[in-house]
Amino acid sequence: MQFTLNGREVDVAAHPMRRLLDVLREDCELTGTKEGCGEGECGACTVLIDGQAVVSCLVPFAQVDGRDVRTIEGADAQALQRAFMDHVGAQCGICTPGMIMAAMSLGPDPTRKQMQEALAGNLCRCTGYEAIYRAIGEAKRANRRTPLGVESIG
Amino acid sequence: MRSVVSTLELRRPRSIREALTMLRDDGPFVPLAGATDLYVALNFGTLTATRFLDLWPLEPLRRVEMRGDVLSLGALVTYTSLTRSRLVTQRLPMLVDAARLVGGVQIQNRGTIGGNIANGSPAGDTLPVFAAADAVVVARSASTERRIPFVELYSGYRTTVLRPDELIVAVEVPALHGGQWFRKVGTRAAQAISKIVIAAIDGDAPRVALGSVGPVVVRARRAEQALAAGQGIDAAVAALQTEISPIDDVRSTAEYRRVVAGNLLREFWTRATGRPRPDA
Ligand SMILES: Cc1cc2nc3c(=O)[nH]c(=O)nc-3n(C[C@H](O)[C@H](O)[C@H](O)COP(=O)(O)OP(=O)(O)OC[C@H]3O[C@@H](n4cnc5c(N)ncnc54)[C@H](O)[C@@H]3O)c2cc1C
Ligand code: FES
Ligand code: FES
Repeated sequence: MQFTLNGREVDVAAHPMRRLLDVLREDCELTGTKEGCGEGECGACTVLIDGQAVVSCLVPFAQVDGRDVRTIEGADAQALQRAFMDHVGAQCGICTPGMIMAAMSLGPDPTRKQMQEALAGNLCRCTGYEAIYRAIGEAKRANRRTPLGVESIG
Repeated sequence: MRSVVSTLELRRPRSIREALTMLRDDGPFVPLAGATDLYVALNFGTLTATRFLDLWPLEPLRRVEMRGDVLSLGALVTYTSLTRSRLVTQRLPMLVDAARLVGGVQIQNRGTIGGNIANGSPAGDTLPVFAAADAVVVARSASTERRIPFVELYSGYRTTVLRPDELIVAVEVPALHGGQWFRKVGTRAAQAISKIVIAAIDGDAPRVALGSVGPVVVRARRAEQALAAGQGIDAAVAALQTEISPIDDVRSTAEYRRVVAGNLLREFWTRATGRPRPDA
């Protein structure tokens, strides 16, 4: 199966019905994408396909044929990652890669409501979400002040 | 994951015609769209089917267009594309309201209307919308195309009149007059399967449909007639109670659903009668 993975053309041989999540973790050795629930509920396994957030535990591998897949390893999300550290937006950390991938779709200076909607499919058992919203708010503001934002996903 | 995938087969047709030919000549296959229902079952290990047909690359099934006065929605149209569509926002705003409340963003980006309809869960959020709108399901096989009125699609709990060699290719929605209204009652705003869901259209001939109050979506004809005949909302709520058959399950109880169904009808009618009629 040929597709673009974190900006590089790749050709990965794997069974077409395997979950994208498993192919990424086991065949592509990209273990940043986590499995939480395995039923689409928690968002820990969120990656971007053609720029759209999806849960990779519910994507048959065949369906990334010719598409553009972006995982946390290639997200180029330093501003978000730093803000998550600064605001303790990550505690145990299992939800964090998915949170950051889901947050990538937000524009600059998102409102609280926009953040809640973008992250509605991402569960966190540790932080109570407040620190996550603060982190994203700051990263997206900082990003706006930096014309050459580090978050462009190409 | 609790399923072994190495024994599963996936066919990848390049056109709708090729898909239909595969279904006719080599079937049966289970159609695979956004996989947000099927892969939950795969993860649980409850999927018994072993042969699948991938519809996802079939771009013509993503069209949203007007055919004369009819709004045609391709089977692969996702919740996200519904909320972004100007046509759907203008013609069928209650479907946009329904789409915004499905799952979270990740599910909205992948879940399709064809999947929601074919899956046939009585809690499927788009089902009452299509039932109230008098929508028509376009089912195609290699040799025929049928137009099935949405209210005749389900033959029982999660079963449809679709034949194994047929695909849903589109849903057609006629022009609607009157205000549209959608409400979903669940445990929280996001990622919650409905305890009860209602779609309704006001006007001289009000139309009301409810989900999660029976084995299949219910078009509440008796309640509609009571409202149209001016018998008042109490009579309409009483009529509604005779046409729903909710059960106790993990999400709610039969009693709760009966009370809330009545309350939702009242809320709809209060809004409908408090607003100037479109023809007034
Ligand atoms: C976390 C989560 C939250 C969810 N929240 C909601 C919710 O709030 N409301 C709601 O209604 N649903 C919800 N769902 C269920 C699901 O997302 C929807 O039912 C969705 O619309 C299914 O579409 P799909 O394309 O993913 O279907 P798939 O899983 O690909 O297919 C579902 C069924 O439809 C059949 N099928 C698909 N396309 C066709 C076609 N064109 N012709 C014939 N048969 C076809 C398949 O064979 C299968 O039986 C949720 C699911 C998850 C995992
Ligand atoms: S592991 Fe995919 S959504 Fe939870
Ligand atoms: S930090 Fe532990 S689940 Fe979010």
